[in-house]
Formats: sequence, structure tokens, C-alpha cells
Amino acid sequence: MEPIAIISIFVLAVFVGFEVVSKVSSTLHTPLMSGANAIHGVILVGAIIVADHSKTNLELGLAVAAIILATINMVGGFVVTDRMLEMFKPKKGGENK
Amino acid sequence: MSYFVYSLIGLAAGVCFILALKGLSTPKTARRGNMIGAIGATIATVVVFFYSKDGESLPLNNLGWILGAIAVGVVIGVPAARKVQMTQMPQLVALFNGVGGGAAALVAIVEYLNLGETASTPVVIATVFTVIVGCVSFSGSIITFLKLQELMTTRPVVFPGGRFVIAGTLATTLAAAVWVVIELGTNPLLILAALSLLFGVLFVLPVGGADVPIVISLLNAFTGLTVAASGYVLDSTLLIIAGTLVGASGTILTRLMAEAMGRSLFGTLFGAFTAKQQEATGAAEDRPVRSGSPDDVAILLNYARRVVIVPGFGLAVAQAQHTVRELADLMLAKGIDVAYGIHPVAGRMPGHMNVLLAEANVPYDQLAEMEEVNPTFAQTDVAIVIGANDVVNPAAQTTPGCPIYGMPILEVANAANIIFLKRSMRPGFAGIENELLFDPKTMLLFGDAKASLTKVVSALKNL
Repeated sequence: MEPIAIISIFVLAVFVGFEVVSKVSSTLHTPLMSGANAIHGVILVGAIIVADHSKTNLELGLAVAAIILATINMVGGFVVTDRMLEMFKPKKGGENK
Repeated sequence: MSYFVYSLIGLAAGVCFILALKGLSTPKTARRGNMIGAIGATIATVVVFFYSKDGESLPLNNLGWILGAIAVGVVIGVPAARKVQMTQMPQLVALFNGVGGGAAALVAIVEYLNLGETASTPVVIATVFTVIVGCVSFSGSIITFLKLQELMTTRPVVFPGGRFVIAGTLATTLAAAVWVVIELGTNPLLILAALSLLFGVLFVLPVGGADVPIVISLLNAFTGLTVAASGYVLDSTLLIIAGTLVGASGTILTRLMAEAMGRSLFGTLFGAFTAKQQEATGAAEDRPVRSGSPDDVAILLNYARRVVIVPGFGLAVAQAQHTVRELADLMLAKGIDVAYGIHPVAGRMPGHMNVLLAEANVPYDQLAEMEEVNPTFAQTDVAIVIGANDVVNPAAQTTPGCPIYGMPILEVANAANIIFLKRSMRPGFAGIENELLFDPKTMLLFGDAKASLTKVVSALKNL
């Protein structure tokens, strides 16, 4: 990929990242952190790619370890975030501000 | 599948992640946001199996290993996330973050071994970055886990010359990084990884218990950046987008959390080196406190007009959220005005108390945030502090140099009476004595929060 394309993607993503969370109530700090944590579990994709083109046993072994860790991060992260947010579900008193 | 379609699907997953973060910023849409994030991650994972970059034939090589490893990850991750107690969620998040950082570092190492001599300098630099930050995130998160799980001391760990050791380790790590870039080789990279792991440990050790959540958030942002860097190494736009999003939003979130605690980020990370030593608290141990019985508490509550309940980590430990709601309902039935005063960082994580009380179906309109409730303490007859300590400790306002100085607190000292439900005279998570415990208008009720509250409820019913 062209370096300038990569830099553009990076800079734009930084601004989007800043923007989407700039106004969040402290109530949601923990679930938001946990959700973002689950999202970086997408490194699983990278782990699968390197496992695909591993040539030696050492490489494959490390790649398999990476897949296990990344899966724990991703799947566990989304499940635990959902459990936190489950608690917010049944409310009659309107929105929490 | 063509590269174009593959990239397009990756972009869709990236959009899912943006919508997920957006959704997670508002209570109403938070759960849906998390769902969208999970869908994005699933799409991204599934699609890799149907695309082969170098025109090689599908299925992927080592497919059995890949699927087996994913299965192992699911078998470990899901039950851990399902079974964890509410009180232990923060450390689980720390652990998940750590393994993510470790995974990113491993991915970079494997790719580096694979490329060997053919790696271009920018790729090597990105690899080095991923290994350093990924390893720091991994070992740092393990230390935060140990601190939150109280498997090690929650106080800042400072040893003589500590700052020189840390600075020295950092300098050596950076030197090793330069070495890797110039020399190219497996051994330099492994030495770099080892040094980075050590630096992660040293970096988190001096952080005091109450500041640990901020560090978790910071390490979370770090892991995001490592994912972005490994995306560059692997030429994956999706990883760059997802990693950068988490890095950027994580940085903002870290700042917001630090602000909620009235701390600067710098003070959080390096405060232990600059803070004055605490004066010995030995003398305080012998001072008299006024402890009461559940009946005394019930009588006090029965004749109050306004009561503010201040929950803390002790409530979470005792799982007393349902009992506290019972008590609040009983007081409301007696015509007493009841509110919950929620400190933004009460418990072990921001928003911990909201989650806990929501589980007991406490109506949202009874939960008052700190800015709302503080001016009302002067008209409050009784403030009941349940298993909280640091968030009501006046030392935050009166004792410059103490670890929590400058943190906004719930000003329960202004209430006519204060009741502390505590397990013991042990200081709070930050390890600081609370003057309020010795105040003449304070009554202490020792014991497990749930057991104490149950006794107060039955005593109040009989009045």
C-alpha cells in the first residue's frame, strides 16, 4: 500500500476515535473501555494471517499462541462488556444523564 | 475472493467498530453498540478464511491449527467472561487487554521471523514498535491484574533509586530497539521483548491502587496502537483502522477518567516518585471511634428527613446491592427522602456503582452524581457510607501531598450524621487514614455490609 494512503487512514482514524468518545458520561467509562478492549482483539485477524504463512514449527507455535490469546481478548471482551451493559437494560426512569 | 471485495468487507468491519464506539458512548445504545462491534469482529475474522493474498489456493495453510487455537481461545475466554463476579470485572478487563497486547507482539515476532532478511526498514521499525508496546501492555496488565486481585500490595511500590532503574531500563530498551533495526536478527528481537516485558512491570509497580483503572485504560490505548502497527506490517487496512480507533479513543478515555478523579495523567504515572512520604499513621490507631449497633442506626434513620447512601467497593464485595435497595424502599415508604450519592470512581472502576445498583433495579432517578449531591449534604440528616472510604476522605481536600490530594470527593462531612458501614478499621484502597472515622458525628457499624444492612432493615421494620 502507498505510504501516503496508510498515513491518511491513520490520521483520519485518530480523529474519528477522538470524536466518537469525546462526550461520554462517567457511568459508561468502564463498559466503553471494555468494548474498545474487545475491538483490539481483532488482532486475531493478524494472528490467522501469520499462522497461514508460517514456515517453521517455531513460527507456527508462536502464531497458534497468538491466535489463542487474541481469541480470548476478542470473544471474552465482547461477552464481558455485554454482561456489564445487561445491567443497564430494564429501566423505567428514563435515560441516565 | 478478489482483493477489492476482501478490502471492502474489511472496511465494513471498520465501520462497525466506529458505530460500536459511538453506541457505547450513550447508555441507551450501549448494548447495541457492543453487539455491532462483535458483529464487525466476526465478519473480519470469517472473511480472512476466504482470501489468500499471494494467489495461493485456499483453504489456508495450517487450517487445523488455526481453528483448533480459536476453539481453545473461546473455551478459555467465554466461561471466564460469563462466570466472573461483578467485583472482579476490572481485573478481567485488564487481563483481556494484556493478552491482546501479547498477541500483537507475537504476531509481529512471527512476521519478523518469516520475512527474515527481506524486511524493509519501515516494516522493521513497525515490528520493533509492536514488540515493545505489546510487551509493555502485556506485563503491565498482568501487574494491574495482580494489584486489583490483591495478590500483591495495592500501594505504590517504590524502591530506592527506582526512577533511575526505570529510566535505565527504558534507555536500554530503546538502545536494543535501535540494535534490532540495524543488525536484524532473532536474538536482538528476543532480548528487546524481554527488556520490554521488564519495563512494563517497572512502569506499573509505582502506581497506587486507586489509579490502577487509569493505567488499564492507558495500556488499552497502547494495545490499540500496537494493533495498528502490526496492521502496517501485515498490510491490513482493517487492523490499521481498528487499532488506531482504539488507540485514539482509549487516549481520550484515559484523560476523561483521570479528570473524573481530579488527577493529571503525569501525576498518576509518576506521582509515587514525587509525593511526600506519608507521616506514620501508627498514632491514629489508638484513637477512639464511636461504634454503634444496627438498632442505633435504625433509630437514626427512622427520624431522618433526608438520607444519602454512599456506596463503595465494600458494597460490591458483600453483594449487598439488593439489601441496600430494600433499605432504601423501606425508608421511602416511611416518607424519608432517599438518594444515592455516586462518586464517579467509587469501586474499582468508573461507573462500577451504577452497574451494581442497576443490577438491583434501583431507579435511575434516585442515583445522584457527585456535582448534584454535594450541595445537598448540608440539608442531609444522615449520610450512610457503605464500604466506601477514599471517595469521602477529606484528606483529598485538606492534606496536600497525600496520594489522593485533589481528587473531588463526596462531601459527606457536611451531613448532620454520618454512618460508616465497614469491615474493619483498615484504610481504603489508596492506603490513607480517613479522619472522618474519628469525627464525633460519625457512627461506625462494623461487619460485612450485607449482614449489617439486613440487621438494620429488620430493626427499622420493627420501629
